[in-house]
Amino acid sequence: MSLEKNIKIDTRHLNLYFFEEKILKDINLEITSNQILGIIGPAGSGKTTFLRSLNRMNELEPGSRIEGQILLDGIDIYNSELDVISLRKRVGIVFALPVALPMSIYENVVYGVRLSGIKDKARLDEIVEKSLSAAFLWDELKDRLNLSGLRLSGGQQQRLCLARVLAMEPDVILLDEPCSGLDPISTSWIEDALIELKKNYTIVLVTNNTMQAARVADKTAFFLMGELLEVGLTKQIFTAPVKQETNDYITGRFG
Amino acid sequence: MFSEKGVERLLSVIAFSAISALALIALFIFIEGIPFLLKYGIKDFLLSSDWRPESGKFGIYPMISASFWVMLGAMLVGAPFGIAGAIFLAEFTPKTVMHIIKPAIELLAAVPSVIYGFIGVVVLAPIIREVFGGPGLSLLAGAIILGIMILPTVISISIDSILAVPASFREGSLALGATIWQTVHMLTIKAAKSGIIASIILGMGRAIGETMAVIMVTGNAVMIPNSALDSVRTLTANIALEMSYATGMHREALFATGVVLFIVIIFLNAIASVVIRKKVITK
Amino acid sequence: MRVSPKYTQIGAVTILGAATAFTVAILIFIIIFVLEKGLPVLSFNFLFTNPSDMGRSGGILPILIGTVLLPVLAIIVAAPLGICTSVYLVEFTLESRVTRLIRFGTDCLAGVPSIIFGLFGFIFFVTILGMGWSIMSGGLSLALMILPTIIRTSEEAIRAVPKAYREVSFSLGASRWQTVRKVVLPNALPGVVTGVVLGIGRSIEETAVVIFTAGSSLLIPTSLFDSTRTMAVHFYILAREGLSMENAYGTAASLIIAVLIVNLTAYWMMHRFIAKRN
Repeated sequence: MSLEKNIKIDTRHLNLYFFEEKILKDINLEITSNQILGIIGPAGSGKTTFLRSLNRMNELEPGSRIEGQILLDGIDIYNSELDVISLRKRVGIVFALPVALPMSIYENVVYGVRLSGIKDKARLDEIVEKSLSAAFLWDELKDRLNLSGLRLSGGQQQRLCLARVLAMEPDVILLDEPCSGLDPISTSWIEDALIELKKNYTIVLVTNNTMQAARVADKTAFFLMGELLEVGLTKQIFTAPVKQETNDYITGRFG
Repeated sequence: MFSEKGVERLLSVIAFSAISALALIALFIFIEGIPFLLKYGIKDFLLSSDWRPESGKFGIYPMISASFWVMLGAMLVGAPFGIAGAIFLAEFTPKTVMHIIKPAIELLAAVPSVIYGFIGVVVLAPIIREVFGGPGLSLLAGAIILGIMILPTVISISIDSILAVPASFREGSLALGATIWQTVHMLTIKAAKSGIIASIILGMGRAIGETMAVIMVTGNAVMIPNSALDSVRTLTANIALEMSYATGMHREALFATGVVLFIVIIFLNAIASVVIRKKVITK
Repeated sequence: MRVSPKYTQIGAVTILGAATAFTVAILIFIIIFVLEKGLPVLSFNFLFTNPSDMGRSGGILPILIGTVLLPVLAIIVAAPLGICTSVYLVEFTLESRVTRLIRFGTDCLAGVPSIIFGLFGFIFFVTILGMGWSIMSGGLSLALMILPTIIRTSEEAIRAVPKAYREVSFSLGASRWQTVRKVVLPNALPGVVTGVVLGIGRSIEETAVVIFTAGSSLLIPTSLFDSTRTMAVHFYILAREGLSMENAYGTAASLIIAVLIVNLTAYWMMHRFIAKRN
């Protein structure tokens, strides 16, 4: 159990393997409630794998195996009564590539909620409006909710993915390079939405764009070769990093 | 609502029964056929020309040779026309036209084989009799009809594999000043080669396995053909013609013929899957 | 002598074009030939009266019934079996040596001559199980014949559904079965339907298997254990025995039209499905 009350997720001595290869090495990281944690690091540093292990998405790949603990509100998500489906409802994820499911915008948003058994039309309507508004998409799309999600632009699709996660009212939102394929305007829509959302959610944002972490993250973690090299307040990481490698990466002298 | 575990168990039971039913067929054919092969002697069965079931003689060499020549003939007729058609439709025909002709040709794959056989009897055989002499119902008639029957298979799969060649290949070549034909025969066909070969192998499988059309047009005499105008009986025709009244050793011999066909098909499929897998690797 | 590329191209295109035209012409000729001789025979009367005198005169009512019943029975058995099997293989098992062996096996069985299924059906259903020449024996034999094709086509259609859709569905808290039901199957549907329709088409046109397992009775069947005759078999018998060329052509025309209707329906359904999706 975490002693500090505002620790949402606590990973302890987390090792993750794909077959024999060790991808994550002894990660110890506390993620604070109602904050945005930015995770930065070069390609192949394990940051996406780490993110996916937080709602057990890594299990979908054959050969993945985990050691150590990940505590969500003090409960181990890998070895406890908590089943993977309710975990994923509490810890939502937005992937790097925007993937609208091939169904209407409306059905995309309520996909997860419907699975939980909510059928009441008025309730669903309410959820759709609330989630799309929070993703800054309602005004654009409110008259076109029956349009196929596939017809939206990349930026709109990514905000739709965010709305889809918000509809389930999770505790934690994971984002895996959500802006990597987006134009600057769509990117700023998403960033504004995230800053607004942290009032109610705990957010973990993996990003390739260090400046994005600097703009929105409260704390920033730097991953390298499967290890957590450094974590701290964003301001401190970007102005006075402890490790030389962190400094090199941030200033762009890396890879 | 089903429970997750329940659904998975139900599906696994269904999958298991479907697969075992299919395995059962293969097993059944082999169990009925293999003991006969061992008893009668594989060599005598495959290489003797003496097929007289009433006196206990079961040599299927004439049928093997008939099946082989009919298939080869069908390839000689079907492959060139099929591949030429595929190249023309994929490379030299406007997209809109091709999207009409291709499904129409695929539809022809669904024309019942008895109808092809019938056309062979009433149209093709008389022509052969007039022009070349002989009985008309012959190896040649079988080869031509089967060649026509496999056209839709060859054309359809070959078009797919030609269209699967990345447009950038083609554009790169055209940009260097090559004509479309130069591009096609120097580049596209090479890139689409494995798909085209697979289409021919599948066509061969279809030709070997065809029964009704062959029974109708080849005349069905048990003899080793000396010329394309001779009447012949293929392996499949042999099973179909004698199955309804065969008993004892005779029936077992027909199952053994089934085993031979089975092995040929497994062999052709193995080649096709190697060809296709190679394509995946070189991609 | 070196011919200029321009002329080689003209030559090649001419030859290819001629070969294509010849191919298409032959295929069209076959359809026209049958329809031209058969359509005049076709009438409401021909379709819906009983044959008399071994089919020399009269209509094809019992044959029409047999042609509907056998493929329907085959598809009722084979479609659920085939689709469930492919769902299980793709979604609930990991790719392994066993699944590869199963795939190779179904490929081979899809290519095995139909006469082998006829041989099996004749000995197993008709003789050993004592079902006799009947709709049941015929339908089950046809079901086994088309099962490998249905498994393979639906398997490919299911595999072609993007992995990202599954991942999104899981990430939103869906179970595996919910993902299959809500995302995978709806998206694989056109391919799955194509496989099923191909199976119907093959059952309608199949002759050898049907003769040996369902027999060739001309009576209207009253139970699943009655013998029956399909249009393909009827046509074959009429043409081969030379009973009535007129009725043979009429049957052939009905057969071709039935096959065209089945295939065009499938084509139209797929297009509508794809259009609706976008």
